[in-house]
Amino acid sequence: MSVDADTVRRIAHLARIAVAEDEISHLQGELNAILAFVEQLAAVDVANVEPMTSVTPMAMKKRPDVVTDGEIAEQVLRNAPATQDGFFLVPKVVE
Amino acid sequence: MDAAAKSKLIKGSTGDWEIVIGMEVHAQVTSQAKLFSGASTAFGGEPNAHVSLIDAAMPGMLPVINEECVAQAVRTGLGLKAQINLRSVFDRKNYFYPDLPQGYQISQYKSPVVGEGEVVVDLPEETIRVGIERLHLEQDAGKSLHDRHPTMSFVDLNRSGVALMEIVSKPDLRSPEDAKAYVMKLRSILRYLGTCDGDMEKGNLRADVNVSVRKPGAPLGTRCEIKNVNSIRFIGQAIEHEARRQIEIIEDGGAIEQETRLFDPVRGETRSMRSKEEAHDYRYFPDPDLLPLELAPEFVEALRTSLPELPDEKKHRFVADYALSGYDADVLVAERESAEFFEAVVCGGASRRDAKTAANWVINELFGRLNKEGREIGASPVGAEQLGIILDLLAEGTISGKIAKDVFEIVWNEGGDPRAIVEARGLKQVTDTGEIERAVDAIIAANPDKAEQAKTKPAVVGWFVGQVIKSSGGKANPQAVNTLLRQKLGV
Repeated sequence: MSVDADTVRRIAHLARIAVAEDEISHLQGELNAILAFVEQLAAVDVANVEPMTSVTPMAMKKRPDVVTDGEIAEQVLRNAPATQDGFFLVPKVVE
Repeated sequence: MDAAAKSKLIKGSTGDWEIVIGMEVHAQVTSQAKLFSGASTAFGGEPNAHVSLIDAAMPGMLPVINEECVAQAVRTGLGLKAQINLRSVFDRKNYFYPDLPQGYQISQYKSPVVGEGEVVVDLPEETIRVGIERLHLEQDAGKSLHDRHPTMSFVDLNRSGVALMEIVSKPDLRSPEDAKAYVMKLRSILRYLGTCDGDMEKGNLRADVNVSVRKPGAPLGTRCEIKNVNSIRFIGQAIEHEARRQIEIIEDGGAIEQETRLFDPVRGETRSMRSKEEAHDYRYFPDPDLLPLELAPEFVEALRTSLPELPDEKKHRFVADYALSGYDADVLVAERESAEFFEAVVCGGASRRDAKTAANWVINELFGRLNKEGREIGASPVGAEQLGIILDLLAEGTISGKIAKDVFEIVWNEGGDPRAIVEARGLKQVTDTGEIERAVDAIIAANPDKAEQAKTKPAVVGWFVGQVIKSSGGKANPQAVNTLLRQKLGV
C-alpha cells in the first residue's frame, strides 16, 4: 500500500493542517515509509484470530450514573487563547 | 400496489413517482451524567459549566462508560423488539469542528449495541411495519453560536459528551405522513420507556431524513440526506419539498447527486449543506481507550422483565378489557400519562366506572380543555379522582349531563370535591315529580298554541322538554320531564 500526492493533500485537508505544495513530496515519502514498515504485519497469518483488545482478559470498566464532575468552567477555559462570557472563542466557522 | 400505497404516489409530468424515506433519529438518553464522564446532562446552565476535563478533551483524560446509558440503550432496543448485541464496539468517527474538542466523536460503527427491530405504526387507513436497522450509542457535540461577534464563533461544551441513541430505520416509509407518524410512534415508545424525554424543542429528539424518489417498482433512486430536522411538522414539509425538487431535476433530464442538505423552515425548502470534496470521510477505527462493551445475558433479561407496558400492548388491552374503539385507544395510549389518567378514572371508584363514558370525558372534555390552554395532562387542574366523582354523580342520576359539564368547569377553575360542590350550589338534578310537574304546567299554560300543535306534531314535545329543563336551570331530569309532558299534552 502506498499513497500518492493527492492522497497526501486530502489527508492534510481532513486533518485541517496547512501543507505547502513543496512539502508534499517529502511527506508522501515519509508516509509511504511508515506504511511500508506496517506492511510487514501482512506476513503474519491472522485468519481465524480474534482481534486482541487487551493484553490481559478484562471487562470494560463502568461508572454509575452519578454527577461527580463538571462545574469547573474556569479550569476548562484556562488554556484557551480567547474566551468571553464563559465561552471559548474561535475564528468564525460560518460565512 | 394496494390502494393505500397508490394514494401516496405523487404526480410528475412523466407520470407517478414513489417517495422512499428512511430516518436516522437522534434521541438524547435520559441520564444524570454524560456517556463517558461524570459531568451533568442538565439542560441550560452557564456556558461550559457542565463540562469535565474529559468532555473538553484535555490530554490524558480517559473515557469511562456510564452503565445507566448502556441500560437505557438496551431498554430502548427491547422496546423496539430488536436484537440486543451482547458484544458491541466503540469507534472513533473523525472530523474537525470547533465544538468537537476531541477531533472525533465516540460512536459505534460496525458493531452497534442494538441490531434489527420493528416499529408498528397505525395510520388512519392502514398499519405499516417500519424496520429498525440498528441503534447505537454515541456522544453529542458542543454548541457553536455564530451570531454574537463579527469575526468569532462562541463555543459552549455543555452538550459535549451527552449520550445519544442514533436509531436508524430501514427505507420503509413512503410518504410525509408515514414519516411523521413513525417519529410520533417512536417518540411515544421512548417516553413510555423513560429512555428519552422526546422534547424536540430542546433538541432532545431530532431526525436526519433520507429521501429518494423512483417510478413505482423501479430500483431505489439516489438519496439526499436532510440533516437535523427538529419538529414533526418540519419533517413533513422537508420531505414534501425534497421529493418535488428531485422529481423536477430528473424530469428535466438531470441526475440527483448524493449530498447532505439542510431544511430552512422559514423558506420551506432544503438547500445543499456540504460541497462534494468535503463528502463524508470519517476514517472510523475502534477507540483504543475503550474495551468492547460486553453484556451479560442476565443483565439484558433483568431489563426485559422490568420494561413497562408499551403503547401497542396497552392499546390491545384497552380494546380487549374496556371495549374501546381502536381510535379512542390510540388517542389514550399515545402518552403514558393520558393512559394512566384514563385508567385511574375507570378503576379509581368503589366499583369500575363505565369505560366508554370515561374515555369520552377524558378525550373530549379534558383533552379539549388542556389543548385550549396548552397544558400537559400532568398539570391538569381536574384530577382523575375528581373526574371519577363527576362521572359517579352522572351515573347515579344526581346531576344531568349538562350540569356535569358545569361542575367540570367549576372544578377546573376553583378545585374542590365535585360532590360537595353539587350539594353546596344546589345543582342536584330534580327528580321530584311534584316540582317538575309545576314547571311543566307553567310552560304549557304559557304556550297554549304550541300545546295544541303538539297533538299533531309530536316533534314539538322536544321544544317543551327544552323549555322545562331551561326553566329549572338544567337541573330537571330530562326523562322525567319527557314522561310528564307526554302525559299532560296527551301524546
